[in-house]
Amino acid sequence: MNPFTRGKSFLGSAVGRALIALVLVFIAGVIFNADGAFYKIGTHRDTLRQASVYGILACGMTLVIISGGIDLAVGSVVALTAVCAAKMAIHWNWPAWEAVPATLAVGAACGLAAGLVTAVWRVQPFIATLAMMVFARGLAKYASGGMKVSPAIQNADGTYRYVEVPPLFRAIDHRILGDNLSIVTVIFVACAALSWIALSKHRWGRYLYAIGGNEEAARLSGVPVISAKTFAYVASGLLAAVAGLCQAAQEQQGDPEAGAGYELTAIAMVVIGGTNLMGGRGGIGLTLLGVLTIGYLDKILSINAVPEAGRLMLSGIIIVAAVLTQRRSRT
Amino acid sequence: MTLEPNIPGAAPLVRLTGITKKFGAVTVLRDVQFECRAHEVHVLAGENGAGKSTLVKILAGLYNDFEGIREINGRVAVIHQELSLIEAMSVADNIFLGRTPARCGFVRQAQQEEAARHWVGQLGLEIDVRQPVENFPVAVRQLIEIAKALSQDARVIVMDEPTSALNAPEVTRLFGLIQSLKERGCAIIYITHKMEEIERIADRITVLRDGQWVGSAPAAELPPAKLIQWMVGRELGEQFPRRAPPLGKERLRLENFSVPPSVKPISFSVRAGEVVGLGGLQGSGASELFFGLFGACGSRTEGTVQLDGETVRFVSPPQAIASGVGLLTNDRKATGLVLSLSVTANATLAGLRQLSPLGWRSPARERAAAEKMTGPMRLRAASLDMEVGALSGGNQQKVALAKWWQTRPRLLLLDEPTRGIDVGAKREIYQLMDEWSAQGIAILLITSEMPELLTLSDRIIVLHRGRVTAELTRAQATPEIVLAAAMGQASA
Repeated sequence: MNPFTRGKSFLGSAVGRALIALVLVFIAGVIFNADGAFYKIGTHRDTLRQASVYGILACGMTLVIISGGIDLAVGSVVALTAVCAAKMAIHWNWPAWEAVPATLAVGAACGLAAGLVTAVWRVQPFIATLAMMVFARGLAKYASGGMKVSPAIQNADGTYRYVEVPPLFRAIDHRILGDNLSIVTVIFVACAALSWIALSKHRWGRYLYAIGGNEEAARLSGVPVISAKTFAYVASGLLAAVAGLCQAAQEQQGDPEAGAGYELTAIAMVVIGGTNLMGGRGGIGLTLLGVLTIGYLDKILSINAVPEAGRLMLSGIIIVAAVLTQRRSRT
Repeated sequence: MTLEPNIPGAAPLVRLTGITKKFGAVTVLRDVQFECRAHEVHVLAGENGAGKSTLVKILAGLYNDFEGIREINGRVAVIHQELSLIEAMSVADNIFLGRTPARCGFVRQAQQEEAARHWVGQLGLEIDVRQPVENFPVAVRQLIEIAKALSQDARVIVMDEPTSALNAPEVTRLFGLIQSLKERGCAIIYITHKMEEIERIADRITVLRDGQWVGSAPAAELPPAKLIQWMVGRELGEQFPRRAPPLGKERLRLENFSVPPSVKPISFSVRAGEVVGLGGLQGSGASELFFGLFGACGSRTEGTVQLDGETVRFVSPPQAIASGVGLLTNDRKATGLVLSLSVTANATLAGLRQLSPLGWRSPARERAAAEKMTGPMRLRAASLDMEVGALSGGNQQKVALAKWWQTRPRLLLLDEPTRGIDVGAKREIYQLMDEWSAQGIAILLITSEMPELLTLSDRIIVLHRGRVTAELTRAQATPEIVLAAAMGQASA
């Protein structure tokens, strides 16, 4: 009998499975060490920093996927909110306490729109968020005039003047603890903590699990299905806006082409963690493991100078392998 | 076409002998015999759960792991209640699905349409066979399905409640068609819950009861009264002693309440502490009535509902729950429970608002509530944290009931509370209903098990196709009267 099919043992549980994948990746990191790079603290700091934007998206994606949906729009919302943040902070010189809430509001509005379309009008989440993905990308290009919003501002006569990078962006792109921890990573951890609280400690988290597990039973138990589903998409949009802020701060500009394909990486992280794409099962803890697994995998491949072509192909194989092992646990 | 003489001794097209079929430990058919000859309309009668569908599936070759002998001469086609046509495909494509005339893989469109027109024409139907099936009303779709059966050269045609979605002229037309199929030498096996139809078209009748063969007889020898006796004539078995509490004031009152299209305007009332049973067969509309009362049909309901003298109108389940109404649905897996969640999560789902008034959940409070609710039910679960999907049917049902206990209901709508659970769990659920009604909760009960309906109900209201056909006190109710009313006969 395959020990991995035993539901009760730790290694057979969803957490156990996700941990195995992460440990395997770490072992690979130790073996393919690339001249000791894996033992340097800077490597880990960079891995975590690079995974953070994806990780923030993955937190929102976890909420949506647990409710039985999917959010394809987050990559475009990253671009839109990055453009908005850059516009407000760089061009309009808005202070942080105005720019940050406004950016978050844009992301939440995108989530609200997609959520209402899917929850009220019962358009499939795939379609509703696909539409939002296209729309938000268009809006990002419209808002930016199709060009990167950066400290290099074009004058009317075609020349450029340069302004300073706003303090908001410098603060986000900062490192603390003796240069060993990126603020972006701290933001990611905070987002994960908030998502965890929403899912595990709040009534609405239980509603999301119930809807993803059996929407009709949830409805007939008095769960406010429409509001709860919409809430998941709003949360996802909000977190995408946080990711957009981080993206803009790190690049010191708002790129309307940014974030393309980020939604797929976020979905992959959620799925590798072991959250069920059919909804009803999973959690933020699992997603964290998934984020680390993909983040480190990517890092190990890149410090060993595996070309991007190989990295992408390997990632594809690993996603399938992860989902196949996940399925064994289903009874 | 030459008609075969209808000699009673002629070899039957279908003969089943000594059929026994088990699902796990449950025997659904025991030593059943059945035969059907050419030129015959053979009605298969029995209450819900008598084993008719299982027998049809054995006939159609869907089940092959049974004991006994199955002899079938010719093809069997089954025309289901839910039609099995592909709506977006054309009539011709549907008729020839899976055996499309083709050359080198390319469909021979003209040939297929020609043939489809031929078969449809045989039924006196003039439609464009290139149109998708979804463009036609249900009555026509049914005929298309029959055309498909004929084109497959089926000699045995099983019709499972074919008239449930038809109006009177369409029914007449269908019966005319059945007549002509009969003349062509087909054997028709017809399942219905309507006495009137049995009287109109049956040549012979076979009655099943609790998976057992009761008898077969020519229709002429089986008048309605005797047929009903055959269908219900069982020992009521060990009776559950219902201790009816003194009745309180009127709890629920319906006036011309309807849920279009399934429930026509009906009026009745239920008092506190009373158990009112809703009798009826498939398609009676009782489950839809529950959904309508519970606000699960949105604003589709009409008429007035009064709860404790106060007029209410629920358009969503949370409103109904807040007013103290609980609904146990008839399918715990599909609509009753979230199988992937724990016992505690399921038991507290409907009452989560009260348990976490500010939104923040309290695991300790939820656990205590779940313990309090499941304790008296003698729930057998290894832990309250285990997934509900891992429990046995009876224990799942207890969790589904426990959910409503948390919401302090005034009115409980119980749809098949004992479906698919063992005898011990059944008794425990009867016990609970007794206790709850003693506390003044009004209970509306749907059950397809006649003994359960008769022993648990203080009063019985019988529905037939969305209308009340009888209202009986415990003393008046007999299986025969209830069943006759459920089959659409006005009560004697």
